This record gives sequence, structure tokens and C-alpha cells, in this order.
Amino acid sequence: MSVLVYTESENGKFKKAAFEAASYAKGIADALGSSVTAVSFNAENTSELGKYGVSKVLEISNDKLSKFNADAYADALSQAAKKEDAKVVVLSQTANDKYLAPILAVNLEAGYAPNVVALPESTDPFTVKRTAFTNKAFNMTSISTDVKIVGLAKNAFGLKENETEVSSEAFEPSLDESDFSINVESVDKATNKITIADAEIVVSGGRGLKGPENWEMIEELADVLGAATACSKPVSDMGWRPHSEHVGQTGKPVAANLYIAVGISGAIQHLAGINASKNKVVINNDPEAPFFKAADYGVVGDAFEVVPKLIEKLKEFKANNA
Amino acid sequence: MKILVCISHVPDTTSKINFTEGDSQFDKNGVQFVINPNDEFGLTRAMWFKEKQGASVDVVTVGEADVEPTLRKALAIGADNAIRVNTPATDSFQVAKELAKVVEDGSYDLVIAGRESIDYNGGMVPGMLAKLIKANFINTCVGLEIEGDKATATREIDGGKETLSANLPLVIGGQKGLVEESDLKIPNMRGIMMARKKPLNVVDPVDADKRSEAVKFEKPAPKGDVKLVDADNLDELIDLLHNDAKAI
Ligand SMILES: Cc1cc2nc3c(=O)[nH]c(=O)nc-3n(C[C@H](O)[C@H](O)[C@H](O)COP(=O)(O)OP(=O)(O)OC[C@H]3O[C@@H](n4cnc5c(N)ncnc54)[C@H](O)[C@@H]3O)c2cc1C
Ligand SMILES: Nc1ncnc2c1ncn2[C@@H]1O[C@H](COP(=O)(O)O)[C@@H](O)[C@H]1O
Repeated sequence: MSVLVYTESENGKFKKAAFEAASYAKGIADALGSSVTAVSFNAENTSELGKYGVSKVLEISNDKLSKFNADAYADALSQAAKKEDAKVVVLSQTANDKYLAPILAVNLEAGYAPNVVALPESTDPFTVKRTAFTNKAFNMTSISTDVKIVGLAKNAFGLKENETEVSSEAFEPSLDESDFSINVESVDKATNKITIADAEIVVSGGRGLKGPENWEMIEELADVLGAATACSKPVSDMGWRPHSEHVGQTGKPVAANLYIAVGISGAIQHLAGINASKNKVVINNDPEAPFFKAADYGVVGDAFEVVPKLIEKLKEFKANNA
Repeated sequence: MKILVCISHVPDTTSKINFTEGDSQFDKNGVQFVINPNDEFGLTRAMWFKEKQGASVDVVTVGEADVEPTLRKALAIGADNAIRVNTPATDSFQVAKELAKVVEDGSYDLVIAGRESIDYNGGMVPGMLAKLIKANFINTCVGLEIEGDKATATREIDGGKETLSANLPLVIGGQKGLVEESDLKIPNMRGIMMARKKPLNVVDPVDADKRSEAVKFEKPAPKGDVKLVDADNLDELIDLLHNDAKAI
């Protein structure tokens, strides 16, 4: 009986979310007096997982699984969970994990708690704390099924090193045609750009920037910081920026380490979606803007003066701290 | 083509969230309820299939009588029939099971649900429903075309998009992008009048088991005051972000 963790990888490399999920799985395993088994799909260096407390890796190498496929991945994970007699399965909350989780829950007749932010309050009954109402509240959820699935919210637990001796074995799930009834026709993904989902830092612009032509400084600021760019809803509705950058309650959630909002007022729908970020900075010329109540750091000033200055100062800082 | 749109009845996005009964229940007092935004995009796409491809569109909510105004709004936007499964929605699996019965009874070809409901943020019901009825499932759907019994969908992935194809029956978890914000319709007077005459069928629940329970709610701890930095002293901001927040 072990705790099973799905460790997501891309082009053979584990995502940070995978290490975070592994760290968390180790926490649960300790509470249960058990150990962590990871399942990897076409990942290269699975021994890396030992650093975060994984003691066994079921390695799947299968060309048919080179592209993510929710049904097939969920089927493979269910078979791994059964083989290991896992009572707890840990996932992260990337787009792929969220896609496969409900399928896995049906396969394993398991209860599933998404957006979990901490180790279980108790393991019997199995009770976890998760966010609800788009970060406006938390909710204690207890799961009553024999097998439990936990979806760990991004950046909620962090990476915890726990050097463990790790063994690996090849795992070949038996997959059939029904696992491949959805065809991936094409994938359109910018490979050189940091995504909002993966980014540690997100720089976001609002209507205060006046027009799409003024985004150059937002991109430059993001560039200096190695950040992803995002925007408020009206900005994407007006077509200044692509929909994929819209963050907030009805857009993408942001759980970054640092969120910098430029020319964004801080409407409740915007804040709900970005509140899970650890540190929030607002740059706005209106000291009454509601964002100042939600932010950790604020600059009252004209974005067109503050941002270029900030870029210069950050460049200096980076040069001195390189 | 028979389409079913699953509607979750949720607090308006501006709602203040409070709890009652020892923090065990959401306080509905003074809260305005709306069609879940992700479902509204899906419903609007369904209306497009109705107009352009002659589809029929039903809407369904699992909930008690207080959800009916939300279903009436969906009828006013243009759905043909509404179904209410008469039981409180307390667990995603339970809701998925109730919906599975509705889909089987109505033999729908396409089920449009939302990526997640903005209250519970489960993101669970559509996927569970799909697997219970053995249909294909595509999540975070931002584009959908149907030709005969074949669907082509665009799915949002972290950092991009992918195009998928699958046969019907299909369940999608939809969101903004299925239609544009500007395509959303506010029901007009005629729609509202017609909605009053459209059927709203109340059906009995099946005996669905629950797998999880929300035992208690909590509000986030109040935040400390913002640290203001002078616009002429941005070195201080960088220092705070570096040493205080350890974020850069
Ligand atoms: C159902 C629903 C869902 C919604 N979902 C979302 C969502 O997911 N995400 C979202 O973002 N919004 C959402 N909204 C919209 C939200 O209510 C706000 O309208 C929106 O967030 C405002 O965007 P903004 O802050 O960019 O623009 P504004 O509110 O117009 O604010 C612009 C800000 O820029 C400042 N400013 C102006 N000039 C300058 C300058 N030179 N320098 C610095 N600052 C300047 C102003 O002081 C102001 O505070 C939703 C609304 C509804 C009804
Ligand atoms: N009580 C309900 N009745 C009908 N559909 C629902 C209900 N709850 C959730 N759904 C559908 O499932 C989607 C995702 O909800 P959730 O899994 O709760 O985040 C919603 O956008 C709806 O389309």
C-alpha cells in the first residue's frame, strides 16, 4: 500500500508541479506510515524524484503516450494504482491533471478533492483543506471512499527536499482502442514563452495602459524578470491581448510567487483569480484603486513613468546579482 | 442533433461570500444567483448550433426549486426545454450520476457543460458524467464544430491550444472562447415571455451515492496593509521584493 503520485513531464523533463506533488505525497505517506510510488510517462531522468521523497518509480515508455491523452493516461494511472494497492493518489492541477482527474475518479471509484492547499487535517476521516468560491474561501472536504484522489493547488505546498533512495521499474499498462478514441490533430504551443501556468512571476496589464501599442514595456518588464505576461478581462475582450492571457475568476487562475499588476483597478472578479499568488504588487495612479487593499506592495504613480524606471532599476539589480 | 446544456446555478461574481450554521453552509442571504459564466458561453454556442444546424437544445440543473429562475433565464436565452432534477447538489459525483440518468433518458448526442463552476470550482462533473455514460470527453474547450457525428474541438492547454477530433456522443467542459463575450445574449422581452410558456420538467432523482462532503468553510485570514513605495524610490521596491518577499 503506497501513496501514488502522477509526475507530469514535458519533452522528457519533469515539471516543477511534479516535484511539488511528489513532496506533498511524501507528507501524506509519512502521516500514513507508507511510501511514495511515482508514475512517469516517457520521462528521462526519473531518479530526480528521489530528492523529493519518492522511493519507487513506475516508468512508462510508450510512443503512443508521447502526446497527452486524458483517457489513456487515466487508464494507465488506474492500473498503476491497483497494482500498488494505492489508497491515496496525488495529482497537481495543471490543465492536463485537471482533465484526467475526474476520469481517474470514475475508473477507481474514488472521491476527488481538487485545489487542495495543505496536508490532510486528518487521515481518518480523510479531510483536506481546499479553496472554494474562486479563492474567496476555503472548504474542508472529507472523502469517504476507499481510494482518495487529491489535486494539489500550484505553489500551495512548495518543494520539500527529502533525499530518498529510489528504485525504478518499467511499467506497461495494457491500453486498448477505447483509450484512443479522441485524436489529437494538432498542437499549437509557443515553445520559447513562459506560460502563466508554469511561471513564478506574472506581469499583468489592465485598461490603464490605454492601448495595445503600450504593451512593449509590459513585455520588457516580464522579460527582465523571466515572467509570463497576463491581462485583465476587458483588455482581452477588446482584443488588445489574446484570450489566453485573460486572468481572473472567469479566466486563468494565477498562483505565482509574484504577481505585478499595472493599470488594473482590482475588481473583485480579477482579484479572485489571482489571490492565490504569494506576493502582489500594484502600480496604479489612483490611490483609491481597490487593488491597494489586496496588494502587499504598491506604487502610486503613472505606469508610463514607473514601469520604464522599474525596468532600468531591475536591469541594474540583475547585473549586480548575477 | 440533440444537445443538453448543464447549467450550474452560482452566486453572481460580485457576491460577498459568507457562511452560516457554524460555518457549515453557504449563506444565500442577499446573494444574487446567475448562470455559471462557463455554462453561459456553452449555452450561447448551443444556440448557434440550433440556428445554423437545426439542433434542439435542452438545459438541466440538479437542484431544489430555488434554481428555477436560472433555468427560466436559460429558456429566455432560447433553450427549448428545461429539466430540473429535484435534489440538492452536494457532491460532484452525485451530480454527475443524476445528470447521467438525464442524458440516457433523453439520448442526447452532445452535452455541453462548463470547465468549472465558479462556486465550488470542482471541475469534476463533466468528466465524471462522460465516463459514466461512456461518452468522449474534451475539457477546457474553446472552440467546437460538429459535422454529422463527428466533433472537432479546440482545447486550451498550458501555454497554447490543441485541436482534437472525436465522435459523438461527446461531453465538453467549455469556457470563454466557445463564443466571444460580445456574442452573449441578454434575454429580450419576447424571450422572457416565451420562456414562461416553455416546459420546465421536474424529475425525481435517482439514488446517487456521495463520495465527498464539504464539512466546514473558512474565510481567508485578513491581509496586512499594503506597503507603499514612493514612485521616485523604486530601489526600495526592489529591495523589498528581494529581501522581504524573496520573490526576485
Ligand atoms: C461575470 C463577470 C466576470 C468577470 N471576470 C473577470 C475576470 O476573470 N478577470 C478580470 O480581470 N475581470 C473580470 N471581470 C471584469 C471586472 O469586473 C473589471 O471590469 C475588470 O477587471 C477591470 O479591468 P481593468 O482593471 O483593466 O480596468 P479598469 O477597471 O478600467 O481599471 C483601470 C485602472 O488603471 C488605472 N490607470 C489609468 N491610467 C493609469 C496610468 N497612466 N498609470 C497607472 N494606472 C492607471 C486606473 O486608476 C484604474 O484603476 C468580470 C466581470 C463580470 C461581470
Ligand atoms: N448542480 C448542477 N446541475 C447541472 N449541471 C451542473 C451542476 N453542477 C455542475 N454542473 C455542470 O458541471 C460544470 C462543472 O462544475 P463543477 O464540476 O462543479 O466545477 C458546470 O459548469 C456545469 O456545466
